[in-house]
Amino acid sequence: MKTLVYLAIGILFGITMFKSEAASWFRIYEMFQFQAFHMYGIIGSALILGVLMTYVIKRFKVKSFYKNPIHFEAKDKSFYRYIIGGILFGLGWALAGACPGPMYTLVGSGYVSMIIVVLAAMAGTFVYGLIKDKLPH
Amino acid sequence: MEYILQPWPWCVSGPMIALIMFLLIMVDRRFGMSSNLRTMCSIAGAGKKADFFNFDWKSQRWNLIVVLGAVIGGFIASNFLTPNDAVLISESTISDLNSLGFKSAGQAYLPTELFSISALSNIKSLAILIIGGFLVGFGARYAGGCTSGHAISGLSNLQLPSLIAVVGFFIGGLVMIHFLFPLIF
Repeated sequence: MKTLVYLAIGILFGITMFKSEAASWFRIYEMFQFQAFHMYGIIGSALILGVLMTYVIKRFKVKSFYKNPIHFEAKDKSFYRYIIGGILFGLGWALAGACPGPMYTLVGSGYVSMIIVVLAAMAGTFVYGLIKDKLPH
Repeated sequence: MEYILQPWPWCVSGPMIALIMFLLIMVDRRFGMSSNLRTMCSIAGAGKKADFFNFDWKSQRWNLIVVLGAVIGGFIASNFLTPNDAVLISESTISDLNSLGFKSAGQAYLPTELFSISALSNIKSLAILIIGGFLVGFGARYAGGCTSGHAISGLSNLQLPSLIAVVGFFIGGLVMIHFLFPLIF
């Protein structure tokens, strides 16, 4: 049952990524050129609703569908890992035109080349795992 | 149905993403896509080479199901919900991309110059896919999250680390498009 719920949420996510065109390389390029509001509207409206939702859940101690308390984990305090990791991610995001969610989506949409991008992203994750103790965090 | 078949405007797409985050929170999970790359490395046996991949990946199985759903969603959306998949980017973007050599701008969902099957035999476009993917995977794990984990989930919870990461995403993206693209293309 829970598996079907996750699958349904994933399908909704994939459809949203494709139909919103957030999975389009062209939209990412356009965003970084500041030539359209589209991507900023998507991220901005998701964020405003997300902030409100998170606040309401915390403020009123909303329970999950399974009656569990909802706890939001704080991110570790640090600077270097976020700025350096973030910049490397941004370079890749603009070049490949896809972040992880859209990558999976586009494989389903029939873009065989995206499989190479996903494998390369796994390779990047693997190399991070190999050298992480040598990196500033 | 007519509306679903059109490209979704931002004022529908953004709230849909918020809804997806809400649903995951309400089933005791969190919205984050890049951690699946680590899980897939673990399944592929990366734990033998680096301790980072020795974790209970079965606890992340739910997120792989979400990924499977995203793949199916991508299939459904492109095959049944999108009669015309040309992305109507702005005129100035089209002319910029045309001058960089992207003739497919405004006529396709992804640039055929990079993502068509025939482009795979071109060393340069293959290298672009591999380097781009590698940086996304490396950077996301280094930063501890990607667009979903930091820009949506983390910022929604007003996390300063996520703001630093998102500033990094934009510095990287702007440097790539404004300074490196003219050198690459």
